[in-house]
Amino acid sequence: MPTLWFWIVAVMITAYVVLDGFDLGAGAIYLAVAKTDEERRRILRAIGPVWDGNEVWLLAAGGTLYFAFPQLYASSFSGFYLPLMMVLWLLMLRAVGIEFRAHVRNPVWQGLFDGVFAVSSILLAVFFGVALGNVVRGVPLDATGYFFEPLWTSFQLGPHPGILDWYTVLIGGVALVTLITHGSLYVAVKTDADLGRRARGVALLCWPLQFFLTCSSLVATYFIRPEVMTNYGKHMIGALVPICVFASLAVMLWANPKGKEKVAFVASSLYITGMLVGVAFALYPVVLPARDRQYSLTIYNTAAASHGLNVGLVWWTLGAALAVAYFVFVYRMFRGKVQLGEGHY
Amino acid sequence: MDSALLVHRLHFAFTATFHYLFPQLTMGLALLIVVLKTIAWRRNDPIYHQAARFWGKIFGINFVLGVVTGIPMEFQFGTNWSHFSRFAGGVIGQTLAMEGMFAFFLESAFLGLFLYGEKRLSARAHWLSAVAVFVGSWLSGYFIIATDAFMQHPVGYYLAPDGSVQLASFWDLLLNPWAGWQYAHNMSGAAITGAFVMAAVGAFYLLGERFTEHGRIFVKTGVIAACLFSVLQIFPTGDRQGRLVANHQPVTLAAMEGLFQGKPAAPLVILGQPNDQQGKIDNPLEVPGLLSMLTYKRWNAHVQGLDAFPKQDWPGNIPLLYYSYHIMVGLGTLFVAVALVAVFLLWRGQLFTTKWMLWILLLSAPFPYIANTAGWMTAELGRQPWLVYGLMRTEDGYSKAVSAGNGMFTLLGFMGMYTVLGILFLFLIRRELEIGPLGEHEPAGKQPTEER
Ligand code: HDD
Ligand code: HEM
Ligand code: HEM
Repeated sequence: MPTLWFWIVAVMITAYVVLDGFDLGAGAIYLAVAKTDEERRRILRAIGPVWDGNEVWLLAAGGTLYFAFPQLYASSFSGFYLPLMMVLWLLMLRAVGIEFRAHVRNPVWQGLFDGVFAVSSILLAVFFGVALGNVVRGVPLDATGYFFEPLWTSFQLGPHPGILDWYTVLIGGVALVTLITHGSLYVAVKTDADLGRRARGVALLCWPLQFFLTCSSLVATYFIRPEVMTNYGKHMIGALVPICVFASLAVMLWANPKGKEKVAFVASSLYITGMLVGVAFALYPVVLPARDRQYSLTIYNTAAASHGLNVGLVWWTLGAALAVAYFVFVYRMFRGKVQLGEGHY
Repeated sequence: MDSALLVHRLHFAFTATFHYLFPQLTMGLALLIVVLKTIAWRRNDPIYHQAARFWGKIFGINFVLGVVTGIPMEFQFGTNWSHFSRFAGGVIGQTLAMEGMFAFFLESAFLGLFLYGEKRLSARAHWLSAVAVFVGSWLSGYFIIATDAFMQHPVGYYLAPDGSVQLASFWDLLLNPWAGWQYAHNMSGAAITGAFVMAAVGAFYLLGERFTEHGRIFVKTGVIAACLFSVLQIFPTGDRQGRLVANHQPVTLAAMEGLFQGKPAAPLVILGQPNDQQGKIDNPLEVPGLLSMLTYKRWNAHVQGLDAFPKQDWPGNIPLLYYSYHIMVGLGTLFVAVALVAVFLLWRGQLFTTKWMLWILLLSAPFPYIANTAGWMTAELGRQPWLVYGLMRTEDGYSKAVSAGNGMFTLLGFMGMYTVLGILFLFLIRRELEIGPLGEHEPAGKQPTEER
């Protein structure tokens, strides 16, 4: 049962990154590709009706994590106290940037919220990568099952690492480039004319960088935690992960120049899925590795009791089915290229 | 008090209090928008359509604030109250995760449709999306209240060998008797906020002689709802909440009422300052026997006072608890009076021209916020010194790994951030009120949906 919940949470987090990832990516390229007020409104309109729903995947994943692995929730949230609080502030700024810009038609006001939206999106993308990097690298858990990480120490991977060190910053970079590509492709799908072309151009430019960073992050991960390979050694099915990742990259390289931005966007989503599932697969059954391996948190020593987990499965399945139905419905309603003139963006 | 404990409590109290300023209007307005939208759709009346669209815009701004201040709430269980989360997560994780899965998805998906989809959807589908937003926000209220109710009155759990609580019965947890009355009382309180805000905006337009047609709709809808819910707020919901407290947290009741010595035919203190050094009420104005009557339905029933309980089980801040409770109840009584007079004038057809009443309605807008905040302070301070009543003390629940200094840093950060957000919010709302229900320079004929 804990294994099932491990995968449920992993899938929910992946859904969050795939969905809100394009909002963040669109924010990251926003200032660069959208020059006129009209183009900026098009981008906001492309994500306006959906970003809040996308963000709910983060909340729902958090809630599910809390419910299934309370001990993990308690340790990781208090240990990552400072960066999480900053993520919260950035999420607030991002939401305000999207929603408040359109209320006042004044260049200074709009310029301010344009900046807020773009900068908070970029920083969030980096922070999410850094967070993932911390989980893979391991944290200074002790026998109490708790830890507290400062923002940085020496940028080395010693026994007292900080949130930021060379490895986590590298993963932050991978996340930023990945989400920029992902967001650019989404903008390319949702808009046309110059804006769509420029967004496609960004995705094209990012490809070599993304390829390079993907390879170096894989090498670096193996270098700092060789045991990530054990599960891959044991279960053949793990081979699907690198196949998925590199095939997606290849499809992106092929589809984007041909103007098949929808195909490229799907490939980018698969790439993100492959990377995240790959991490989950490598960690399992550990959920938060400790620098001192004996204190690592696993699905077994953090899960809630089994009656609760069984009951949860019933309502979770129902809730997830409903949520997917709403999403299909909403995305169908707003399908196609963005038209301005409805709603306030 | 340990300074880390103090910082974490202030952290939660500040962010929760600020958060709840927004959901109460969200939930109240969601109901009233459904009412306006239903009338608009049934009668195909353009004024009602404009009214629904106008409140939709206010709702949208308010919702953004509710969302951004709500996310930190969920995180704080882990960041600031990690020992509590480890202890109780196996139980309250259920309701919190259900809130995300059932309420937030519903609400956020359909709000996008409601705000941006009016042209794409049929009239019926647009009405349905308003209903879905209403259902989502009221469901979210239920799950969070069920969470809080577990902390007030734990049910449906068992103690696991590792010292945590785990789920024993899902239905006991979800149908906690405490949650039922607390929910009814709390939602009615939210509806009161929505109603008074709507009436105040209407009064503002009528007094300023702008958008008077819309103003009349707002005042009328507002005062009728205010009257209905103000009465429900006291009876039965407030009364039943009080009896639950009397039965399950008698020491809390004694502190709320400022009853230092238990006695038969206990008086109800209307005014007076609790003096916890000397254990009495200064300058009391009391109604003899009324407390016994309200609590046990007998004039001479014995009500336990604080003296019946060991001091370490007393709520930590008795004066604040006492004032919060009295402010809530005092305002609740006033709301009934105001709403009854307004509805009487409405019935006589004089409300829209009675200037003094419109002024009262205009000025009453902030008070439901005060009453709701005071109500929550009563509930949360009254629960002290317990975090989960009878099971875990507040001092055992906070994140021991997070120092007071780090907590203070983020508390100050939230205070700064929320000050800016609060100013932006007021600025934007003022601007919407200025623009009014007819919308901004929308060229004639491009007004959406009237044609339908
Ligand atoms: C508009 C807001 C409002 C108004 C006018 C009232 N209340 Fe209230 N009250 C609330 C808003 C509220 C609340 C915010 O909804 C609370 C806080 C926690 C909760 O569940 O509901 C609450 C809690 C609450 C509690 C529980 C305290 C605890 O759990 O320890 C009691 C006993 C009452 N109320 C009683 C009353 C009575 C007798 C009122 C009669 C006038 C009254 N309230 C008016
Ligand atoms: C939204 C309205 C709410 C308000 C205004 C509110 C207010 C407060 C206040 C004033 C405190 C500080 C108490 C103290 O210092 O002793 C507090 C603490 C707390 N509240 Fe609430 N609360 C609200 C809702 C909730 C809900 C719904 C929950 C549970 C799901 C909750 C859980 C807590 C926790 C965990 C603490 C910290 C522990 C403590 O000090 O008792 N609150 N809240
Ligand atoms: C009685 C107290 C509370 C009620 C009735 C309540 C209700 C609501 C409602 C109706 C919303 C919808 C958004 C809006 O406000 O416009 C919301 C937002 C939110 N609330 Fe609260 N809340 C309360 C306290 C809390 C607490 C203690 C938590 C922490 C678990 C919390 C977590 C959230 C979250 C995460 C959101 C964002 C949801 C979204 O993205 O749609 N709330 N809350």
